[in-house]
Amino acid sequence: MEIVRESTDNIVRLSIAGELTIYAVGELMTALQAELGHPSELEIDLSGVSELDTAGFQQLYLAKREALSHGKQLRLTGHSSATRAVLEIYRMEPYFGDPVLIPAAGQP
Amino acid sequence: MSLDPAIQTFLTESTELLEAMEASLLRLEDTPDDADLLNAVFRAAHTIKGSAGLFGFDPIVAFTHEVESALDRIRAGKVAFSADLGACLLRCGDHMRALLEHVRGGETLPNADVDGPALLAELQRLTGASVAPSQHSLPTPQPATTEQTAAPEAGESTAATDLWHISLRFGTEVLRNGMDPLSFLRYLNTLGDIAHVTTLLDAMPELAQVDPECCYLGLEIAFSSQADKATIENVFEFVRDDCRIQIIPPRSKVSAYIDLIEALPEATERLGEILVRTGALTQSELGAGLQRQEQERSADCSGDAAASATPLGAILVQQGAVESSVVSAALDKQRQTRDRKSEENRSVRVDADKLDQLIDLVGELVIAGAGSQLLARRAGQNELVESLSTLARLVEEVRDRSLGLRMVQIGGTFQRFQRVVREVSRELGKDVTLAISGAETELDKSVVERIGDPLMHLVRNAMDHGIESPDVRVKAGKAARATLSLHAYHDSGSIVIEVSDDGAGLNRDRILSKAMERGLVVQGTALSDAEVFNLIFEPGFSTADKLSNLSGRGVGMDVVRRNVEALRGTVQLESQLGKGTVVRIRLPLTLAIIDGFLVDVAHSHYVIPLDMMVECLECGSETRTVARRQGYIDLRGEVLPVLWLRDLFDIESDSPARENIVVIQFGAQKAGLVVDALLGEAQTVIKPLSKLFARVKGISGSSILGSGDVALILDVPGLMQCATERAHQEQISIRVTSATLDDTAPAVKTS
Repeated sequence: MEIVRESTDNIVRLSIAGELTIYAVGELMTALQAELGHPSELEIDLSGVSELDTAGFQQLYLAKREALSHGKQLRLTGHSSATRAVLEIYRMEPYFGDPVLIPAAGQP
Repeated sequence: MSLDPAIQTFLTESTELLEAMEASLLRLEDTPDDADLLNAVFRAAHTIKGSAGLFGFDPIVAFTHEVESALDRIRAGKVAFSADLGACLLRCGDHMRALLEHVRGGETLPNADVDGPALLAELQRLTGASVAPSQHSLPTPQPATTEQTAAPEAGESTAATDLWHISLRFGTEVLRNGMDPLSFLRYLNTLGDIAHVTTLLDAMPELAQVDPECCYLGLEIAFSSQADKATIENVFEFVRDDCRIQIIPPRSKVSAYIDLIEALPEATERLGEILVRTGALTQSELGAGLQRQEQERSADCSGDAAASATPLGAILVQQGAVESSVVSAALDKQRQTRDRKSEENRSVRVDADKLDQLIDLVGELVIAGAGSQLLARRAGQNELVESLSTLARLVEEVRDRSLGLRMVQIGGTFQRFQRVVREVSRELGKDVTLAISGAETELDKSVVERIGDPLMHLVRNAMDHGIESPDVRVKAGKAARATLSLHAYHDSGSIVIEVSDDGAGLNRDRILSKAMERGLVVQGTALSDAEVFNLIFEPGFSTADKLSNLSGRGVGMDVVRRNVEALRGTVQLESQLGKGTVVRIRLPLTLAIIDGFLVDVAHSHYVIPLDMMVECLECGSETRTVARRQGYIDLRGEVLPVLWLRDLFDIESDSPARENIVVIQFGAQKAGLVVDALLGEAQTVIKPLSKLFARVKGISGSSILGSGDVALILDVPGLMQCATERAHQEQISIRVTSATLDDTAPAVKTS
């Protein structure tokens, strides 16, 4: 897993790429925790996530939960098909409340 | 399923007894007064009852007891044995077997027996017994049953949902143990339909305490499925130990849900809400249930200590009750699932490549075997020859069995057309039934797969062009409902598939004029019916005046022929105007190894597929002269065209003094092949010819003999064509020229 951090006026954007699984959750948690301390908006780009498991999902949940409780904006964007599938199985799209774009058939 | 060995014995014995009982009952129908038979039936029932009692299978005991008393009445002569009674007793036997099957499947015996009471009631009616209804004579049922059959108590209502409710709280170590709740959900999805999921992460602690590798997940799932509880439970087998699982079957008592709410760590209101949301309970059910629970609790508090200790037990009983009610409701479904499972266990999926390898190996074995046999014979050691012939027989068996592995019945392919026919007939406004025969005919799997498309073309074509609309049919004096038949059978080494209809048939004149229009036939050519009909297999040919989206565009029949020819098969068509059309597809069994008949021409070996051979004749000098002159001989009044293999393959050597004629048959046609010597039967492993020889006529493959010699396999259908063409030409030439008959050059040579 790789996390690329970009920050543009008041928005921090974390692009996660690769496998967001139990092997990477420690790293992700550290990264997310660091961001949660800042007041700026947080956008997590999931377009590069090739695999998401329950541990990874829990981290996303945790980030959202913490953000909600601190009144911080957190958005998930660019859901890859792996992330969409997990959110759908757990019926958790409404919790995150982000628009999920489903690409036209044939695209990854 | 590991059953107690004693139970296993009981099951085996009882099954045997039931079989004996059934046999005796059947014989009793013929000889109703045979006391011995009656005694045998009685004893069987009695023994089953006794053994079942030992193991505490009460439902079996109860049922068998009734059967036994009925039998006793017959034995005592109070009731005469009648056919009806016999039939009823047979059904009772079936029921006992069904009960035994439940034991074998390791399931709890159904308490709410559906068939049993009805059967017993009939039995009692027939024997005129005044025995009390069976339920009352049952040994004390389990408390669960009492509760279940009792009228619902006030407030003890069942939830109206058809959904299973599965409540899961995963242990913290689940993820670390390499399991992922996601996979369980995905697997669950294969058993039915997940109607709703509520994901609970309430167990996740404060940020500082979160261990990212721990699982904090809880799920409330509403699940619609026909699977039984055990199957659903098994989904979670791997996490059973570190996971809290509660499965509530459909239509359970509201209290079961309330208990669930009680047992779970989350707050009652939140869980109640979730259950309502997942569709497990309605709001009012929940309200009533919670209220009742509250009342009970206060009652408990006011009662003494002993009373307050009961709820746990009560909950367990209730859970038991819930389970048994669902088990009995889903009884049929379960049995079906189990049948399917045992069916599955009986077949093994094998990679087709492995089969091919096996068949290749068997081919080598056949060749090697033939080689050793030859050597043994040369060495003149009789014992060795004898033992090798035993071996050869076994090899032959192995060969047949391994080839048989690839064989599948064509029925499955045929059955698919039932639906096609129904839909197409509706689309076309025609009334067509599909008649299937020979569904058990077996042929190579690869052929079955590839014959589907051509058949589809033929079926659609027949329905679109062949079969008339109902009013036209009635006018023509036919039944309004047309019949389309698919028929398969084995015939002289090939499999024949017929697609026939009783429709309008082919119009010879129209085909001919269409063909001339398209320049396929030159004006004035005399063509036989078969030749005219074969024109419809030409590319781009269609006689349909009206194009439909089904067929009629002239693509199809040529594709059919191409596909069939690709399978080394042939297509024939027969038609009678107004009566119908038969399309006959003839396919080789595509055996990689065949039984062949070895012949010799100028010291070269040739193999004729044995199942295309009819007989062998000696070709004396007299016959030879006649045959040479006419191109055919008189075979018991039949015209038999003959071919000299020597001429056909352009072998320049003198014919021996004595020659032989091998009569071959393909379909309805027969022909004679003139060869030097007959060498006898031989197993032949077909080796395909290289591309270089692909265009050689009359040869379909090669084979290696035990001696290491190469033998060519004769292509009987190809030769047959040569023979008929040649006979045809000979006849013409006879008519045209009356001289130099003896020098008639062979019409066909290797190209």
